[in-house]
Amino acid sequence: MTWYIVRRILQGIPVFFGSTFIIFSMVFAMPGNPILRMFGDRTPSEAQIAALEAKFHLDQDFFTRYFLYLGDILQGNLGTTYAGQSVNEILARTFPTTLRLALLAVVIQLVIGVLAGLISGLRKGGIFDHAALLITLVLISVPVFVLAFVAQWFFGIELGWVRPTVGQGAPWQDLILPAIVLAALNMAYVVRLTRGSVIETNQMDFVRMAYGKGLSRRRVIPVHILRNSMIPVTTNLAADFGILIVGATVTEAIFNVPGVGNELFKAINRHDMPEIVSIVTILVIVYVFVNLLIDLLYGVLDPRIRYVKK
Amino acid sequence: MSRSNPVRKAPRYVAEVDEGGLGAVDAVRVSDRKSNLWLDAWRDLRSRWMFWVSAVVILFIIFVALFPNVFTTVPPNDQCFLANSDGGPEPGHPLGFTKQGCDVFSRIVHGTSTSLSVGVIVTLIVAVMGIVLGAFAGYFGGWLDSFLMRIGDIFFAIPYILAAVVIMSMFLKERNILIISLAIGFFSWPATARILRSEVLRVKQFDYVMASEALGLSKLRTMFAHVLPNSIAPVIVISTVGLAAAITAEATLSFLGVGLPNNLFMSWGNDIANAQQSLRTNPMTLIYPSIALSVTVLAFIMLGETVREALDPKARAQR
Repeated sequence: MTWYIVRRILQGIPVFFGSTFIIFSMVFAMPGNPILRMFGDRTPSEAQIAALEAKFHLDQDFFTRYFLYLGDILQGNLGTTYAGQSVNEILARTFPTTLRLALLAVVIQLVIGVLAGLISGLRKGGIFDHAALLITLVLISVPVFVLAFVAQWFFGIELGWVRPTVGQGAPWQDLILPAIVLAALNMAYVVRLTRGSVIETNQMDFVRMAYGKGLSRRRVIPVHILRNSMIPVTTNLAADFGILIVGATVTEAIFNVPGVGNELFKAINRHDMPEIVSIVTILVIVYVFVNLLIDLLYGVLDPRIRYVKK
Repeated sequence: MSRSNPVRKAPRYVAEVDEGGLGAVDAVRVSDRKSNLWLDAWRDLRSRWMFWVSAVVILFIIFVALFPNVFTTVPPNDQCFLANSDGGPEPGHPLGFTKQGCDVFSRIVHGTSTSLSVGVIVTLIVAVMGIVLGAFAGYFGGWLDSFLMRIGDIFFAIPYILAAVVIMSMFLKERNILIISLAIGFFSWPATARILRSEVLRVKQFDYVMASEALGLSKLRTMFAHVLPNSIAPVIVISTVGLAAAITAEATLSFLGVGLPNNLFMSWGNDIANAQQSLRTNPMTLIYPSIALSVTVLAFIMLGETVREALDPKARAQR
């Protein structure tokens, strides 16, 4: 297990450097002069330009600047927006809300998804199964912002069950509708994965054996079938998390949730390049880190993964 | 020519001729139906209503994209009068008007080609990059494999919408269909490459690959002539679903404000984002383009799903 952990962490290091390098290169290739942009309509003097270039290390070469950028990230300094706000402060203010939203979404996606997948897998070909396949197909096809608008309009405005946008301080009850919307796509995948693997596990000899030795369905289904069917769902959590990040940006923008995604959305519409890059960098780093954690979790859950020799 | 032949005294041991293999060849009835992966898949597809529905819808969408003027004569962007702002349906304008007074139906019809073009171009970029990189990594193996797959890991670690957000933010003025397709496609090839690689790893162990190399074909020609055609099936499936994902990605980027410019391109994503302001007063201007977008995406996902099940006997058994 230790060897497995070490290997996974070592594999994560080039990914971390590579992904930050790619983001940095993209920004480096950006057309236009950022110093002139800061001045807007006015023309700065030569001396002002030189002073600012030195201040932001724009006079250094490509690799020096990459390592300066990397150093800043590792020290937890994410720079400032065009308006002069510290990105660290913005993230510290918005991150907890996004975390709560994501947590709620993951709980909804796993609880409903696994339950529905289990039922439709055990009753393959039944009415529930057909309905689940059809509904998940629709959920996979409808883009998240369409789903968000329709939910906001139907539940928020037509029926008036919930507030259409999230109120001050983002209380939990306001976050439920955005979380359901955010969870919908992943939930559809969880249902389909669970269903497929329940059907497969159900045909295994050890399940027949368990029934054969007289165990009840109440024991066989949770212990023998469900536990063995959870492996593909766990593996897919990493992909789910990528969908969650993008989905959170859209959902938070529509429901006006004061989170990181909403901040990214505002930055995009203000064309605030430094803020966009800082937030994207942080999201990518979080994504890499979560992927690593999920891989480790996967190793804990499934011993077969740990012992694979290359 | 058996060992008991007294005339020919074999100086070495000669094994009995094994008739089993050839006998098995004789046992195959030539009159039986031809059968291979693609024929089996086609037989399965033919019998499924989901396949026919999605195929008809996709053909219809392609037709609308190619000939929008068959469906509407109203220009999508000119002749928008504020007097019509948020107006309901009228003769000649079956779906009413947007906040700017443009014809909703015409905008949807003309937006079809934008969505479809982005979908097709992204799919081509992803398929070419994924197939070339995946095939080389899988077939040649060794350091090339490790190198290409580590690069793939790095690109895989960046959610492609986020990467596209950064790329599109850099292009403020010169945004067009090709640039948005490149922005989406350039970060979504690793999934295709990984799937093709694992398929190539499976296929290259078969005897016919060794036979081809033994007959003197170069590694490169063997790869293109024998390995690739036999490992391409999963790529076709993931490309169909990828096309749907690319259409969604374009609409999502447009919604986020880094898509195609509103005044030059009709884009369903833009229309949906713009209709957000009238959500309370005129929700239908938001619903109609949403339906168009969702139906298009649904059609491609349904096609991908049915083709996947047709090609994969394991999935067929789960139905």
